Amino acid sequence: MSNTNFAVAKDNDGKSVWKFLSGELKPRGKFLTPFNIISIPVIALGLIIIIIRFWKGLGAVTNLTQEVPWGLWIGFDVVTGVAFAGGAYVLTFMVYILNMQKYHSIVRITVLNGFLAYVFYAGALLLDLGRPWNVINPIIGNSFGTSSVLFLVAWHFLLYMVAQLIEFSPAVAEWLGAKRARKILSGMTIAAVIFGITLSTLHQSGLGALYLMAKDKIHPLWYSEFIPVLFFVSSIFAGLSMVIFEGSISNKVFSSQISEKNHKAHNSIVIGLSKICAVAMFAYFFLQVLIFVHGKRWDLLNTPMGYWYLLEMFGFVLLPMMLFFYSYRRNNIMLIKVAAILTMLGVILNRLNVTVIGFRWDAAIRYVPTWMELAVTLTVIFTEIWIFRWVINRMPVLRESPSWVNDKD
Amino acid sequence: MALNRRHFFKVLGVTGATLAIGKEIKAAPGKETSIEFSGVLYDSTRCAGCQTCESSCAEANGLPAPVGTIEAGVVRKTDESHRTVVNSFNSTKGEAFMKKQCMHCNEPACTAACLTQAMYKTKEGPVIWRGNKCMGCRYCMVSCPFDVPKFEYHSANPKIEKCNMCYSRLTEGKVPACVENCPAEALVFGKRRDLIKEARKRIVENPDKYVDHIYGEHEAGGTGFLSIAAVPFDELGLNTTLQSKSYPELSKGFLYSVPTIFVLWPAILLGIREATKNNQSNEEENE
Repeated sequence: MSNTNFAVAKDNDGKSVWKFLSGELKPRGKFLTPFNIISIPVIALGLIIIIIRFWKGLGAVTNLTQEVPWGLWIGFDVVTGVAFAGGAYVLTFMVYILNMQKYHSIVRITVLNGFLAYVFYAGALLLDLGRPWNVINPIIGNSFGTSSVLFLVAWHFLLYMVAQLIEFSPAVAEWLGAKRARKILSGMTIAAVIFGITLSTLHQSGLGALYLMAKDKIHPLWYSEFIPVLFFVSSIFAGLSMVIFEGSISNKVFSSQISEKNHKAHNSIVIGLSKICAVAMFAYFFLQVLIFVHGKRWDLLNTPMGYWYLLEMFGFVLLPMMLFFYSYRRNNIMLIKVAAILTMLGVILNRLNVTVIGFRWDAAIRYVPTWMELAVTLTVIFTEIWIFRWVINRMPVLRESPSWVNDKD
Repeated sequence: MALNRRHFFKVLGVTGATLAIGKEIKAAPGKETSIEFSGVLYDSTRCAGCQTCESSCAEANGLPAPVGTIEAGVVRKTDESHRTVVNSFNSTKGEAFMKKQCMHCNEPACTAACLTQAMYKTKEGPVIWRGNKCMGCRYCMVSCPFDVPKFEYHSANPKIEKCNMCYSRLTEGKVPACVENCPAEALVFGKRRDLIKEARKRIVENPDKYVDHIYGEHEAGGTGFLSIAAVPFDELGLNTTLQSKSYPELSKGFLYSVPTIFVLWPAILLGIREATKNNQSNEEENE
């Protein structure tokens, strides 16, 4: 222990590592920002609701029923949140596998965003577990339910979090000034990337595969044996839209940290991403049409759920796809951002249609989340943003690595 | 070169580890289907709707006594404190009864869904719930085509409640409480194969009395709980549109693709990485 401490301390120009850490933990910048004023009461309220939930049971704060056992916390927090975290595996694929160096400057922030999303949204899963003290059973011991898709998804969440932590760890090492650790950790990046992409392929589709056995419960317009493929393909543009959206905010909020060069490059990055989004959405739309035609679902269209389906397909897939194509040709950054937001709304709509809205659409009592479920969901999102901001303000995520870093990973 | 020795071993190790995981995932459900399962046969035409099965079930399993009496046309449901209910229906042949409880599928969706083997298909046939393993994720409830598992939403230590065919009684050599106490002999306990023979015999001997359908013989891949009745089962509140394949079959294809992807993906990704790397260095040389 003392040995490593010494090494770290020496790397840090003689400053004690504990002094350094305690200094970094202190808040920085203005405290009474609009975001803080909104998020602090919501987080406080959310924490109270979480206490009630563990004290009185899930029924005290949620509207879950015996027919609809998975609600907003699974359908939005986990299933939708993980789709939005897909940007990390797509970008690492582009940069480390396809060698598209143009996108290198946004890899770290995307991986950080993805990692935190997994930590918090998989954390939200714990809130939903009735008997969370048994959560280690699928991880250690002799209770492996290996025939379960959820078993696969749980393991993949865990392993992918480790892979993302390794991908991000050079930034932590640079922050701590740990030169030797950084060298070792950045040497592991490629292995982590390849492992991570493989895991992502399987659990992005696995989240869809969770619902394969609920064949009789999901509205036929949203159920097909291809849910896993659709979930995987849509995670590509869900993740990239999130990258565009998050990037446009980070560029303003953390503007001072971004170098002149990267500021200039950002527009070209956004335009490149919009092209990839458009192509992925075209493939997705085409798949949806194939499934629709192949399933002979014409008679379902002229129903309320049919109109809802058409709205999702045309308003939130085809329209943003065309916007992406158009604005890519015209270099219209503003329109790309609009398309990204529309796409994200479409992904939320799609995931909720499979998991909540179309699930037991014919039930006598429909599940509608309580305000408390919404508050906890907001708490999860806000807490994630707090940590995200804390990390960006301290570690070299957006800003350049310290000068002693000579090999860029 | 990017693929130096260390990288290569790292990737090799990762692939090996994932292969090991992949193999475990491949161990699919349904290994025990060839063993003789026990089951229960319910004859709707003999049932008088006396609710003795409901009260004896509650007594045997330490649950609150059933509330409410049977009323024709009113569908009562099983819930977290009632593992079985009998309902009365105004059918085309007059009042008819139907008992509801866990169907004890041959290849249950709930056990395939369970990631901790808390839902467990015993080799004797009953599907049981094991609280020490369950983490309360409720994926069994999402998957069950009969909506059988029920969750105690208003408890800090919630249990999943469902009929377990009185598994502890079976191990003592007794029959399920509902079967033992049924005064009308509407319920018979036995080996599933024998029960199907018995049900067929009754249908063949009284073709006017029964519809020619044993509910549970093929539904959801076959169930341990079998029913025969005087009228089609959709008149008795049962879902007759269920597939005859087992439900775990639906996610089998996905699970089987997992080991393949785990082996192929890293190899393909490494290959692409090498290919694009050369391109880039060529470009740099040309410039």
